Amino acid sequence: MKLNELTAHQAYIGLRKKEFSSTEITKACLDQIKKVDKKIGAFVTVTDDLALEQAKIADEKIAQGEELKPLEGIPCAIKDNILIEGERCTCSSKILENYRATYNAGVIKKLKEQGAVFLGKTNMDEFAMGSSTEHSAFKKTKNPHDLTRVPGGSSGGSAAAVASNMCIYALGADTGSSVRQPAAFCGVVGMKPTYGRVSRYGLVAMASSLDQIGPITKDMEDTALVLREISGPDAKDSTCVQYSVPDYTEAIPWGIENIRVGVIKEYFEEGVDKEVSDLVKKAIKELKRLGAKISEVSLPHTMYALPCYYIIMPAEVSANLARYDGIRYGYSKVKAKNLLDVYLSSRAKGLGDEVRRRIMLGTFALSTGYYEAYYDKAQRVRTKIKREYDDIFRDFDVLIGPTAPTPAFKLGERIKDPLTMYMSDVLTVSANISGMPAISLPCGFVKRENKKLPVGLQIMGDHFKEEMVIRVASSYELRERAE
Amino acid sequence: MKLSKKQVEHIATLCRIKLSEKEKEKFKTELSSILDFVEQLNKVDVTGIEPTAQITGLKNVKRLDKVKPFAKPDKLIEQAPEKKDRFVKVKQVIE
Repeated sequence: MKLNELTAHQAYIGLRKKEFSSTEITKACLDQIKKVDKKIGAFVTVTDDLALEQAKIADEKIAQGEELKPLEGIPCAIKDNILIEGERCTCSSKILENYRATYNAGVIKKLKEQGAVFLGKTNMDEFAMGSSTEHSAFKKTKNPHDLTRVPGGSSGGSAAAVASNMCIYALGADTGSSVRQPAAFCGVVGMKPTYGRVSRYGLVAMASSLDQIGPITKDMEDTALVLREISGPDAKDSTCVQYSVPDYTEAIPWGIENIRVGVIKEYFEEGVDKEVSDLVKKAIKELKRLGAKISEVSLPHTMYALPCYYIIMPAEVSANLARYDGIRYGYSKVKAKNLLDVYLSSRAKGLGDEVRRRIMLGTFALSTGYYEAYYDKAQRVRTKIKREYDDIFRDFDVLIGPTAPTPAFKLGERIKDPLTMYMSDVLTVSANISGMPAISLPCGFVKRENKKLPVGLQIMGDHFKEEMVIRVASSYELRERAE
Repeated sequence: MKLSKKQVEHIATLCRIKLSEKEKEKFKTELSSILDFVEQLNKVDVTGIEPTAQITGLKNVKRLDKVKPFAKPDKLIEQAPEKKDRFVKVKQVIE
């Protein structure tokens, strides 16, 4: 096995036994980036100097016999909306093309204390708005399983980088689907923790009541490990809760005897690809064989999560993106004739179509005369959706369904019609609207044009019960391996 | 809901985005169809239901009102597209 193909927990063992060095794994990843990223396009910036310097520090510690931290010396990729001090952070937008971060995000601070190695910043839909990574202002990322298809989005660069072994693991961020859907399309594991579990400090804000950073990994053990290391309180994010963080890796061997699994009826209805739902149903049968108690549940309001999301999210977007004014940082139309013109022209030129569309939509939903009918209404529907989930979690430990209604679609297929693109998120947004943790893990392949495309199984849990989600997902994964 | 061109112009002014004539037409059609889509929320009865702003239930998280100096103010000023010495240069505000 090549070093760049390792998982983090495998790399940890090898580093500790001195079978290889951090510099060797880091170089293997950088070589792989050089070799395949020309056709995949996962990275916006490769921080090779930083990576090799961090690897060297880790190797010196190992040489001195210091105790190794679980993620120490292990190279990872970071979505380009998470700040690493001194490095470019573009959000794949022209308006931030030359922006350099002046501080570390909360999760980066935690990973740096761990001794992690940062390989670079990954491509995404501009400001995380999109489901295919095609809205990046710089490049289109391709799906490693079929280069004519999208990797999903918005964390498409991170998912493609993990799937093509250009890194050991990656961080993404999920506002409506952005970690789970690309993980499903690229055949890797992606988890959105409970809202409030991971600090959002230094994550470039899109929709602040929905955004959450999450790991994208090659297997469940790495998800548990990375999530454990990035979770926990941060004084700089007041929505990040004070709860202590369990050791998620301990949940892996527990098994799922008598665990109550609810199969969401609405997630298998119209619009969901038959082969996708068949694979998910097959996975559910395997959970049953492992001892889980399976029942079908109906959540009549869950399909309102998508329209609800397309009011709340743009409203928060319109407020958060007001900061890009062409004055303090970022792209500026400095030849403008007056102050107003600086704002108008910088934003017109610096922001792409999808971003401007959402800013305008949100501005409208918050404007005088429409606030009650749109924004306030959506916030009340949100309460209703959340209550429905809260009620169901009294009787169930996890809920299950597909991650996305289809496998990866073709580049260009959905980009022209915004609503068609929005439908890609129909099965994932309810976890953001109600705040619960949710994971996508591979559950098989469907064949399209002679290419095997991965399908994702989605498991959702009650608030702050990530260990239950990880426990069920791990049991499924280990069962697969035993076969 | 079908937006008029005038409404699109009003929204664009509110959020400080300059639009070309062609863009006004494009966004008018696209925003109208998204609004038609979200209007299915009208089917949900929300009588007596309170709005939710975020789900953690946290309220008024407080901290000490104490100044913590930022270590690298020059790095912040460096980012400004137009600057003079240690100041961010802005076009005339009051005309």
